[in-house]
Amino acid sequence: MKIHEYQAKDVLRRYRVPTPRGAACFSIDEAVKAAESLGGKVWVVKAQIHAGGRGKGGGVKLARSIEEVREHAGTILGMQLVTHQTGPAGQKVRRLLVEEGADIRKELYAGMVVDRSTQRVALLASSEGGMDIEEVAASTPEKIHKVFIDPGTGLRDEEADEVARRIGIPEAAVVQARAVLQGLYRAFDQTDASLAEINPLILTGDGRVVALDAKMNFDDNALFRHPDILAMRDLDEEDPADVEASRQELNYVQLDGDIGCLVNGAGLAMATMDIVKVYGGEAANFLDVGGGATTERVTEAFKIMLRNPRLKAILVNIFGGIMRCDVIASACVDAARQVSLRVPLVVRLEGTNVELGKKILADSGLPIIPCSSMAEAAQKAVAASRGSAAGKN
Amino acid sequence: MSILVDRNTRVMTQGITGKTGQFHTRACLEYANGRNCFVAGVNPKRAGTSFEGVPIFGTVKEAKEKTGASVSVIYVPPAGAAGAIDEAVDAGLDLVICITEGIPVRDMIRTRYRMLAGKTLLVGPNCPGVITPDEIKIGIMPGHIHRRGPVGVVSRSGTLTYEAVWQLGELGLGQSSCVGTGGDPVNGLKHIDVLKLFNEDPATEAVVMVGEIGGSDEEDAARWVRQHMRKPVVGFIAGVTAPPGRRMGHAGAIISGGKGTAQEKLEVMESCGIRVTRNPAQIGRLLASVLR
Repeated sequence: MKIHEYQAKDVLRRYRVPTPRGAACFSIDEAVKAAESLGGKVWVVKAQIHAGGRGKGGGVKLARSIEEVREHAGTILGMQLVTHQTGPAGQKVRRLLVEEGADIRKELYAGMVVDRSTQRVALLASSEGGMDIEEVAASTPEKIHKVFIDPGTGLRDEEADEVARRIGIPEAAVVQARAVLQGLYRAFDQTDASLAEINPLILTGDGRVVALDAKMNFDDNALFRHPDILAMRDLDEEDPADVEASRQELNYVQLDGDIGCLVNGAGLAMATMDIVKVYGGEAANFLDVGGGATTERVTEAFKIMLRNPRLKAILVNIFGGIMRCDVIASACVDAARQVSLRVPLVVRLEGTNVELGKKILADSGLPIIPCSSMAEAAQKAVAASRGSAAGKN
Repeated sequence: MSILVDRNTRVMTQGITGKTGQFHTRACLEYANGRNCFVAGVNPKRAGTSFEGVPIFGTVKEAKEKTGASVSVIYVPPAGAAGAIDEAVDAGLDLVICITEGIPVRDMIRTRYRMLAGKTLLVGPNCPGVITPDEIKIGIMPGHIHRRGPVGVVSRSGTLTYEAVWQLGELGLGQSSCVGTGGDPVNGLKHIDVLKLFNEDPATEAVVMVGEIGGSDEEDAARWVRQHMRKPVVGFIAGVTAPPGRRMGHAGAIISGGKGTAQEKLEVMESCGIRVTRNPAQIGRLLASVLR
């Protein structure tokens, strides 16, 4: 799960990571009031969307007067903000963060992720703040310093201090930087984060270490023990199809192609997308109905796929192990009857009770194209997608 | 011969009384030598009772002492599953197979850290389990598609592994053992560890290695294969068409920062002498082609 910058800063402040003072605003008036109560002469008006790259897209603006705060808030609120992470349609801005301006002497980077090979949390830090860290990693990997944090001790003082010095924190501010890095680790660990990033982490003109931006993602599997984090979920930032799928406990990812794939198991679902490509087609989605697919879930899966206007065919690929083929065949037939199926349906069943499953499909009277192997199913789905496309023209 | 488990393995089931645990324990008992292999269940609240004739104990330690079981399979729900692994590790079991999907990553980091000191091996979590055909099935895979034979199978997924096993079966090729290492980012045995075991197993003549996007397990395994493997290995990687930055069902199946793409894995595998296919319907035939 992702949260907004202002929410991530709220979390980090709980772990004593300094951030600029600021307030989340949902209207122009709120933005003006926030600026007035913050005081000072310079404010920053920041679009709050889940995607990165907001500054380049025009979603972050400096204001030197209250009038400018009002003006920028008016421009940014409601805009379709396009960044390299939003896709061409952009994301509508519904929330702002209004902050006091900061006096930036240096821009640095600090982030945490789970490192799979060491099975530890990794601290990544760099003197190259304010840039895309993946670009830094690709072009100047020597500028990224890593610590694989011992789960028994946490981030040790000497480790934090060494990293701070390496990224260019002056001696007088090393103890502050240590507190920031250790706070970041405690925040990451105690909230079950999957990503925590401060980019940029700044050194101010008067020598303070401050998190100027913040990003946190969380492990969905741990949200059950963090109701406070779960309460920060913003459904406006999520694809409606994804929200509906997660409500049905389906794993769904929309893609750019036109052949809908309904599969049991994540690995087989990916392999099904891949084999569609082998035979010249493009999958419209990844969809894993999981081990216990009922008629209800399969019906919902069909509905979600059919919402995609590009859809030209559906390929069902089920390997019936624990899930019996007759059960999934009945579910497919019921689902196909409940939704108005406007595209060809290719079904490949294999495994337990496969003959019974095929009979159910054949007896249904529905125009289902049955197949015995993955290869045959993919070929037929690709052909069907082209046939139905031609039929419309 | 086989790897990890055989007809003489004695297994306890943690989470035997839950719906999933009951369902799969029945199937495991019915498979091959299951009645002799599955000797204990663990549930602190049901100690002294039994399930399908399998006695239930309050702790892993007690189950081990009373029955001699040295392997555990875990169906405990996610919130308590890492704790269940810890208990099995503390009791000094040889092998723990954790089926549970959805364990928080932080829990697994702590559990793996605790395991550094001990000798216990872990398969999973979020895996189908381990099967040695015609001897023992520990986990949730459909037993009937497997048959005894010379092919070792290692994979991160469930149904895709069954697909590969089924393709082998269609060609008359059986398996020595099949191991699902699981779809989570922080787990126990990896491809490389399982390949090492297959390399030493006289019953294994060739290996199917099925991988997917995310992490670098397949690359690590491939580099080891180039140096040490004495048997042919064929491979498939799921997710050539998966978009970056999106989690594809499995918690560990994500391309992040341009790393962990299927293309990269396939290239490394090929450069290390592993025959790969980009067509998942060809896995069985590819294996048959390297098995003389």
